[in-house]
Amino acid sequence: MKVNATINGMKRVLDVQPDEYLVDTLRRYNYLSVRRGCDTTSCGVCTILVDDQPVPSCAYLSVRADGKTITTVEGIPKHAEKLSEHFGETGADQCGFCNSGIALSVYALQKSGKGITDETLRHYLVGHLCRCTGYQAQHQAIKKYLGDSDE
Amino acid sequence: MSKSFKAVNVKTPSIDGKGIMMGRPAFTDDLALKDSLIIKVLRSPHAFAKIVSIDTKKAEELAGVEIVLTHKDFKRNAYTRAGQGYPEPSPHDKFPLDEYVRYVGDEVAAVAAVDEATALEALSLIEVEYEKLTPVLDFEQAKGHESIIHPEEDIYEMFPIGFDPKKNVAAAYSMEVGDVERTLKESDVVVEESFYTQAQAHVMLEPHTVNAHIDYQDRLVLYSATQTPFHVRRILSQTLEIPLSKIRVIKPRVGGGFGGKQAIHGEMLAAAITKRTGKPSKLTYTRKEVFESSCTRHPMRLDMKIGATKDGKITGIDCYGLSDTGAYGEHALTVFMVTGSKVLPLYNKVDSVRFHGDVVYTNTVSSGAFRGYGAIQGNYALESIVDMLAEKLGMDPMELRQKNMILENETSPIFEIMGEGTEGTAMNMDSCKLDYCVKRGMELIDYKNKYPKRKVSDHKVRSIGGAIAMQGSGIPYIDMGAAILKLNDDGFYNLMVGATEIGQGSDTILAQIAAEQLGVDVSKVIVYSSDTDLTPFDPGAYASSTTYVSGNAVLKAAKEMRSMVIAEAARSLEVDIERIEFDGEVFRVKGEDDKITLSDLSNRLYYNEDQKQLVATGSYYGTKSPPPFMAGFVEVEVDLETGEYDVLDYVSVVDCGTTINPELARGQVEGGIVQGLGMAVTEDVHYAKNGKLITSDMLNYKIPTNLTLKKLTTEFADSYEESGPYGAKSVGEIGIDTPPAAIANAIYNATGVRIKTLPVTSEKILKRLKDKEI
Amino acid sequence: MKIKNYHLATSLQDAYEVLTESRNNAIVAGGGWLKLSSRTIEKAVDLSDLPLDYIKETDNAVEIGSMTPLQKIVESEALMKICKGILPQAVSQIMGVSLRNLVTVGGSVVGKYGFSDVLTPLLAMNTKLVFYKQGETTLPEFLSQKGRTDDVLEKVVLPKTAGTGYFKKVAKTPLDFAVLNVAITKIDDQYRIVLGSRPSVATLSEEAMAYVNGKKSLRDEDLEHAAKLVRKNVKFGQNPRASQEYREELAYVYTKRGLKEVRDCES
Ligand SMILES: Cc1cc2nc3c(=O)[nH]c(=O)nc-3n(C[C@H](O)[C@H](O)[C@H](O)COP(=O)(O)OP(=O)(O)OC[C@H]3O[C@@H](n4cnc5c(N)ncnc54)[C@H](O)[C@@H]3O)c2cc1C
Ligand code: FES
Ligand code: FES
Repeated sequence: MKVNATINGMKRVLDVQPDEYLVDTLRRYNYLSVRRGCDTTSCGVCTILVDDQPVPSCAYLSVRADGKTITTVEGIPKHAEKLSEHFGETGADQCGFCNSGIALSVYALQKSGKGITDETLRHYLVGHLCRCTGYQAQHQAIKKYLGDSDE
Repeated sequence: MSKSFKAVNVKTPSIDGKGIMMGRPAFTDDLALKDSLIIKVLRSPHAFAKIVSIDTKKAEELAGVEIVLTHKDFKRNAYTRAGQGYPEPSPHDKFPLDEYVRYVGDEVAAVAAVDEATALEALSLIEVEYEKLTPVLDFEQAKGHESIIHPEEDIYEMFPIGFDPKKNVAAAYSMEVGDVERTLKESDVVVEESFYTQAQAHVMLEPHTVNAHIDYQDRLVLYSATQTPFHVRRILSQTLEIPLSKIRVIKPRVGGGFGGKQAIHGEMLAAAITKRTGKPSKLTYTRKEVFESSCTRHPMRLDMKIGATKDGKITGIDCYGLSDTGAYGEHALTVFMVTGSKVLPLYNKVDSVRFHGDVVYTNTVSSGAFRGYGAIQGNYALESIVDMLAEKLGMDPMELRQKNMILENETSPIFEIMGEGTEGTAMNMDSCKLDYCVKRGMELIDYKNKYPKRKVSDHKVRSIGGAIAMQGSGIPYIDMGAAILKLNDDGFYNLMVGATEIGQGSDTILAQIAAEQLGVDVSKVIVYSSDTDLTPFDPGAYASSTTYVSGNAVLKAAKEMRSMVIAEAARSLEVDIERIEFDGEVFRVKGEDDKITLSDLSNRLYYNEDQKQLVATGSYYGTKSPPPFMAGFVEVEVDLETGEYDVLDYVSVVDCGTTINPELARGQVEGGIVQGLGMAVTEDVHYAKNGKLITSDMLNYKIPTNLTLKKLTTEFADSYEESGPYGAKSVGEIGIDTPPAAIANAIYNATGVRIKTLPVTSEKILKRLKDKEI
Repeated sequence: MKIKNYHLATSLQDAYEVLTESRNNAIVAGGGWLKLSSRTIEKAVDLSDLPLDYIKETDNAVEIGSMTPLQKIVESEALMKICKGILPQAVSQIMGVSLRNLVTVGGSVVGKYGFSDVLTPLLAMNTKLVFYKQGETTLPEFLSQKGRTDDVLEKVVLPKTAGTGYFKKVAKTPLDFAVLNVAITKIDDQYRIVLGSRPSVATLSEEAMAYVNGKKSLRDEDLEHAAKLVRKNVKFGQNPRASQEYREELAYVYTKRGLKEVRDCES
């Protein structure tokens, strides 16, 4: 089936199967930042933005992407780079398998313009599992990043 | 003791964080060739069975199927997946495919096809007839069970490890200092208790992933998410009988390992398939396969006895352990030995100490290496029973520890007796700030005011629990790491290391060590790691060895490079070497104006005069394994009516020598603490009656989230290990050890019930509270 | 899950017709739960093009279109006003934001999941369901129907009642299914007590409700007695998350605490 979608600002026509998920389609079309961490919609690794909302690409049927705007972390290089500087600063970098998904959720949160407290930020990101960092350094980095970008 | 450094022990962002965050292709699957065959594995539905017949005809005939492999396609070369140095201390008890299946999830056959759907369909077309055998599912019944899990004759140990497969024993060990039974009999106070630990899963977020192809030189090239590329190459070569020189293993970015990727998993089948078909192939484990068919932490039962005098001198410790290695014996002996060797020396002033027991086979998921590597199991048992002893003595548990624990310049006879699979190495604790760690930790958690508990509402209590721990830094006289430094024109360096970056930051800290010695900014050291063709040897990322062993190798290479560039500068400035002063960028002649920059010197060397390539090599193996130490304290809030509890704060004070990269070191500790908390609090493991793992996906196996604990407080002791690179010891594993005991102790302090089986669940707590009421 | 053919529904009627063509056809809402199943779907009927993604206030009700993603419930001010917002509160405890952006209220209701954190508060709030064919029905009535529905859920309707409410999910981690959940409401002086994830599907505790609703005023002992009635009369079971005994104990404790909170709360 043919799907017309705008991916990272570029119009694309994707050829997909009826039970294919976006994580596989996007990888097939070389958006390699989109990766799979589980088979059960449980880890957050595969997060992408569809119409600016974070969704798990491992459970998002590719046919549904028709007419939608899709953002992967390749599509927000400036934000990702800035966030990575904060990760570097607090030592939040480890394997980074979870990072691209987190960057996209943080970007969506930032774009939504919602006010953030320590508590709401943690709740907002709870779906992003990380097995390496223990979360605290990531949390500090993200808070600083959001604080910085407010100015 | 602290020294002033420019590149180490100063804040340095990881050298690769930016590219990873930006999503650049980096991980194994990102680098697979586009037309790779997709490999899928048919797995056993039975816990124990013999394959009577296997018919692959229909699968082979399916359009798009390239090859189907069964046990008939492999020569019977027994190997171990453990991924250790050679000869391995793990039994060679596994075949690439076998006619026996020994747990639900064991490999039966492999299919390679043009796409995943075809491969999966082919799996469903393979007809297998099994003869079901009686499985051994309870490890306490395994030894001498009438069902023999490894009846085959062509498996063997590489050297004596107590291997006795006819009794379902994969390994056994025993050691004693003094006469522990007598010591305990003569002690004023003795406490005795058994503890159980569970088969924790690694849950690194990147599943086991490998791809293979034959390159234009007709060599087999594998990209693998592995912690041990050099061991992978060797094991593939030995098992598949491909010359070592014909195999190249490249480790790209790895999405976490924690020991789970020390072992060899998909590599064997991918290598065999690409070798036979000549076509590229790839195999990515599903998350279910990661849970069901890779490996877990060894579950154990530890029977502890501890004795003391009335005034609180610990006199003797006796530990009998029974460890469950599952279907195969990866790391059976060595994990078990670490349960003793990196735990019992904490209390080095005892008159007698004994450690003995068996590691048994069962028809469950195989156990293997996992951060903490036996020490976390031992720590839970020992640090629980020390608190129990303190109570019986009427002493504060921290005071009891302070009185008996190991201190700087002391030793323990255990170091000499127990190594990893072999005898150990006597060593003194040249750096040990455990006393500081305990003292500082008590301050940070506000022990004075908060221990043991306070009531905060009619049904809620807050309490404190603590534990101390030690680990090691590499395996002395066995594991060797190496590094090569190459000078480039314009004056920057390439650092080639076998050391395996798996997300722990080793590329960054090794660059820092080189930069410190060479006097340059970290950005001038370009790291390339873990490619068996291009980098020197390294055992890999395990046994907490990278900073200490590989770091020392880098330091040696950097020292050599430094003297090489100074010699070349002296030649170009036409003065004696002794007269050169070098700050990393500029060479000056003492007392004169003459100078040359490193950049000019290197351009001269590569283009103009005295042309030559400068390359320096360093290799290192430890002659001891200096332990890092830590004290961990947890504050919990317990609901006495439901048994639920929140973890409010975890205080860690760590002595890992110099922190080469303080932020990344903190990350190692914090990541370890939270993974340890997972084992202590949430990570329950369930098997069905037929031996099938129930907790085989992330819906049912629950790792900690960012809400699991409120706060981590991490500090480092000011410590300097003379034998380490710039005073460093290891920090990768030590963080994981204390949470199980600290949590169990805190829960006891809050409720008066002691949980002796991990994880410490609210249900267990409430049940024990109710039992107490009756 | 396997999907052989895909059909983007153009109207509710179209959806219903295609759905009822074959037992092997199925509605795909968010597709979150279907993905985890091993079903082979002959034709997937996708509702995502229909105007079913809304939270609308009418004079006396709040209507939630069946394709509304759960995250919108979390953020709904209209729903925050009903029974102290126990529905948004409960839904906010289901996994993370990205999953909640995907999965829908329709899938959560029609699936009748035992572990549901959606059905428990809905049952405590006099919820009505509107199906395409069957028309309006009550939630308890729907839950009592056996077998898979071959109707299309259009919307979920909540009466606009201020009331007070209490919700508790007991879970091992914030990303786990409930070990047990409890919802208690007080609407027009009538208490409703719902226990879910028992581990079977949510249910009202009629005995406990009859007891508390029969009292003029509730003393602490009465709450305790009601909680005992819940423990005694509601059927709990065991699964790997918890034993029956533990669930009974949790039900007792949280019913007691919930009733107290609701009783003491000025609505
Ligand atoms: C990883 C994960 C964790 C979860 N954890 C929780 C939890 O902790 N608590 C909780 O309450 N829920 C949980 N859920 C369930 C989730 O909240 C949704 O209820 C579930 O995913 C179903 O919603 P859906 O939109 O995905 O439905 P789908 O998967 O699309 O559909 C589910 C079923 O409902 C049918 N259906 C859907 N919409 C309609 C309609 N309008 N008319 C007729 N039939 C319809 C479908 O045919 C299918 O049979 C979890 C789900 C996942 C994937
Ligand atoms: S891959 Fe884990 S949530 Fe999508
Ligand atoms: S950094 Fe490894 S999973 Fe988050």
